[in-house]
Amino acid sequence: MAFWVNQAFNGISYAALLFLVGGGLTLIFGVMKVVNVAHGSFYLMGGYLGLALVALTGNFYVALLGASLLIALGGMGLERVLLRAVEGDDLRQMLLTMGVALFLQDACLLIWGGDPYNLKGPAYFDQSLKVAGFRFPFLRLFMIGAAAALFVVLWWFQEKTRAGAKLRAAVDNAEMTEALGINVPVLRMAVFGLGAFLAGFGGVVGAAFMGVYPGLDFEILPYAFVVVIVGGMGSLGGALVAAVVLGLADNFGKALFPEISYFTLFEPMALVLALRPSGLFGRA
Amino acid sequence: MDVAAARAPRRLVLALGITIALLAAAAPFLPSYVVIVLTEGLIYAIAAASLDLLLGFTGLPSLGHAAFFAVGAYATGILVTRHRVSFAIALLASILLAAAATGITGIPRPRLLTGAASGTLAFYYTILVVFAGCLTLYLLVVWSPFGKTLIGIRDSESRMRVLGYNVFLHTYVAMIVAGAFAGVAGSLYAYFNGFVGPSTVDLAHSMQFVLMVIMGGPATIVGPVIGAFVVTFLEKLVSIVTDRWMMVLAAVYVVTALWAPRGILGVLRGAR
Repeated sequence: MAFWVNQAFNGISYAALLFLVGGGLTLIFGVMKVVNVAHGSFYLMGGYLGLALVALTGNFYVALLGASLLIALGGMGLERVLLRAVEGDDLRQMLLTMGVALFLQDACLLIWGGDPYNLKGPAYFDQSLKVAGFRFPFLRLFMIGAAAALFVVLWWFQEKTRAGAKLRAAVDNAEMTEALGINVPVLRMAVFGLGAFLAGFGGVVGAAFMGVYPGLDFEILPYAFVVVIVGGMGSLGGALVAAVVLGLADNFGKALFPEISYFTLFEPMALVLALRPSGLFGRA
Repeated sequence: MDVAAARAPRRLVLALGITIALLAAAAPFLPSYVVIVLTEGLIYAIAAASLDLLLGFTGLPSLGHAAFFAVGAYATGILVTRHRVSFAIALLASILLAAAATGITGIPRPRLLTGAASGTLAFYYTILVVFAGCLTLYLLVVWSPFGKTLIGIRDSESRMRVLGYNVFLHTYVAMIVAGAFAGVAGSLYAYFNGFVGPSTVDLAHSMQFVLMVIMGGPATIVGPVIGAFVVTFLEKLVSIVTDRWMMVLAAVYVVTALWAPRGILGVLRGAR
């Protein structure tokens, strides 16, 4: 019994991370149809910047918000300066974002070196909530809480505001949206920034959770893609469901069948692709 | 680009033939390190060109091509280290077999030309021969009716379907052919590198193939070959000058994406 509760909890907390990384990517994918290979780099840089800001200010929350905002700004800049030039051409986008990803990876290596770092959160992160004989680490609870809060905010934004309606319109049909007079280029930039924000946020939280080290960007990228594919491009709710499904599948898979741990993660994706290619909540 | 190749195959074949002959003739006089890098370039050229069959000609951007490459590499690695299989059989089996395993080290070079000038050179010529063979086969595929159908599928699947072509069968066969060739490259890579491990299969490695194709110029077969050499040589050359070679390479990718959309070949043809 304890095994199942613990693994389920671990799965949900990992799902929080997956949602942050995948949610950002699904928005970018959904609105802009861009294969953003640099998304992992946003996550990585979020972690490193979070580290730097904690060292600078000593406050985890300031670092969390600050790093995420910085990454968001960087993402918007990237979209404005580079991505706009290769709009519409999948291959060029792939090449461009790959170049950016490699560049950022090496830059991080240059600045922070090759050693792995662990972000030191507030003191209560090391403690656990003790309920019914189980211990739930506060760090994981924070992850779940933060991701859930962000999801609620984003969902409210998407469903209940005009700007959110514009975003949904752009996901559905960008051309029509532009024809209706909505400033799609600005919308695109904003969405890219939002996606980057989420990834950076995930990076800071992830740095406290599992550390930050060179190569993490390309490690986390497939996970982000899986969340997007299983959940459906452009669907935030889909990303949440997919993240939970995958977080649980990954954790239980690793606990029960460690030899095929990667397989237990990607096999659901293969199933979804075979049976429902547009994803669980995607629009075809 | 592919149209031009189809219209002037004789010129292209002549140019390729001369290039290969030059590569063969020059090798004994080149420093050993250059020969090694050329060998690596040739191996990656086979792999990158195989991806072009999918990416450029069929319009299927495959981010998992390293998997086929790795299958060939692993198959060769296992067969050669554990079963002492000969080069020909290993190559053949790599094309045919599918296997996944943990890292294997210590793969010896095949001993084919006894009494040759040096191991490096003999291996280089072996690879060159395989490369020439693969290139011939690639061009034959691409210039065949099958290849033209693939281009049609890339341009408009629905149109091809309406015209009565079995689109699924064509894409399926294209995938298998591309995978088989990648297996060839992977097998050679196992011999070249002496080591095969999970890093051979990772996303970054797959992306590297995509990069070579896009850098060189998709849908040309020759483009990815050039791309493979450019990327391989760039890595080595830049790393001599600076530790930050990855940044330089990345900058080259970004610049290519922005200003050379059809790759190097596109730039060359545009200049004509």
